[in-house]
Amino acid sequence: MSQLSVPVLHSSSTLVALRGVAKTFPNGTQALAGLDLEVRQGEFVSLLGPSGCGKSTALRIIAGLSEPTEGAVEWAQSANKKAERHGRIGFVFQEPTLMPWANVFDNVRLPLRLAAAPAKEAAARVEAAVRRVGLETFARAYPRELSGGMRMRVSIARALVTEPELLLMDEPFAALDEITRFALNDDLLRMWQALRTTIVFVTHSVFESVYMSRRIAVMAKRPGRVVTELAIDAPYPRSRDFRTSAEYGDLCRRTSDTLARAMAGGG
Amino acid sequence: MGTPARGRADIRDRALRVVLPVAVLALGLAIWEAVVRVWHIPPYVLPGPVLVWHTLVADRALLGQSLLVTLTTTVEGFLLAAAGGVGLAVLFNQSRLVEYSLYPYAVILQVTPVIAIAPLLLVYLQQPTAVLVCAWIVAFFPVLANTTLGLNSVDRNLADLFALYGASRLDVLWNLKLPSALPYILGGLRIAGGLSLVGAVAAEIAAGSAGAGSGLAFRITESGYRLNIPRMFAALLLLSITGIVIFYALALVNYLALRRWHESALQGER
Repeated sequence: MSQLSVPVLHSSSTLVALRGVAKTFPNGTQALAGLDLEVRQGEFVSLLGPSGCGKSTALRIIAGLSEPTEGAVEWAQSANKKAERHGRIGFVFQEPTLMPWANVFDNVRLPLRLAAAPAKEAAARVEAAVRRVGLETFARAYPRELSGGMRMRVSIARALVTEPELLLMDEPFAALDEITRFALNDDLLRMWQALRTTIVFVTHSVFESVYMSRRIAVMAKRPGRVVTELAIDAPYPRSRDFRTSAEYGDLCRRTSDTLARAMAGGG
Repeated sequence: MGTPARGRADIRDRALRVVLPVAVLALGLAIWEAVVRVWHIPPYVLPGPVLVWHTLVADRALLGQSLLVTLTTTVEGFLLAAAGGVGLAVLFNQSRLVEYSLYPYAVILQVTPVIAIAPLLLVYLQQPTAVLVCAWIVAFFPVLANTTLGLNSVDRNLADLFALYGASRLDVLWNLKLPSALPYILGGLRIAGGLSLVGAVAAEIAAGSAGAGSGLAFRITESGYRLNIPRMFAALLLLSITGIVIFYALALVNYLALRRWHESALQGER
């Protein structure tokens, strides 16, 4: 059901594309207009922009949680039907969004339970997912017993337990302290490379987007749209050396300038 | 933290919470008994606690049977209220049309004083049934209102997540909405436990004046007519103990169900 269909790493074929997407809410607020974005198989792309530029709305539209008022979401292959995408998309919210009444194991198992996966197979996959985020000793713990960073790891494990083709992340680390955020940045990059999944990462941090992404889509607001894209060509794996390099500083400055221009132009 | 000094302070604090109310009770009873004896107050005006206790022991067969009647009505009324309140709330949650159609009548049932409905019910229903219906009417609304609130308090992101994974309505209800609502439901049940006793007593008193029934509240009315004041006190004591037992039993259920995850049941970690 959620087998990775393309074994080639960094293939350049399009996985999903937003074409001329607009979203106007029933109260008249225009969140997005004329948004174009292509997400390629296996890449790490960030949506960078100020708050209120519709980043989260764009992510929800890709996930199918919200319908565009205009434009289209085009999927590669046969995934155009919504039902076929269940389990092929993982979503991580800004909050860990765990079920407080269930322990780590049961929280991570949720997507498999909703897909009615056989119990034995599900248990093995849940254990693997929990191990992947380094929480195997906490499988029986309840969310309230965990730190903020650990809860976010559980959230990531849950999103990855179906081995989704596409992982959508909505400012997942914004509420964490810097030390925890850096650690999770590195862990996420490692998992991305190991699993060869495609990640769309929403952030308002220039530094985070440069560190993580292969490509940054810079957004402006009123109405929300992608104004320009930047390629970050630094090779992976990226680590602390990259974070402290002059190249990283340059890239951050460039990205920051681009963002400033986008915001000035976008009102 | 877990230092011995802190542990001892904890134990002393807990002991005080038991010892102090018991001491107040003993003192109150002693003063009561003394007042009755010193001023030679006749038992048909105010019986002393010793006499009340002797009456309780002497009338234990009669009062025990009445207790059983009232307790049965209360528990049945409570269980029906729990099932009815949760069931109706789930139904309202699943269908807006049903909610719009029926909710106003649930409110009417709640705001009309049960003591005023009881005589009418006694006209149409067998006495035990009427008492049960009264207990149910009083107790079901808090369960309904709290469960409705709980079902509507689901984390929106979690609801989105369930939608993303193609969860069925039943999945959402069973694995998301009901667990989210559990603390609210238990809160409603704790109110309902006390209220079902109130409903049963109110109906028994209404029925008692019509000359039927054998519950504790009926015994109180009957004893009042016969100026058997010590027995009134004895029956009242039993009713009050019943209420206390119900309250703590439901508090225990609440604690056992929520202790692993809900803020309300956490203690001693600050």
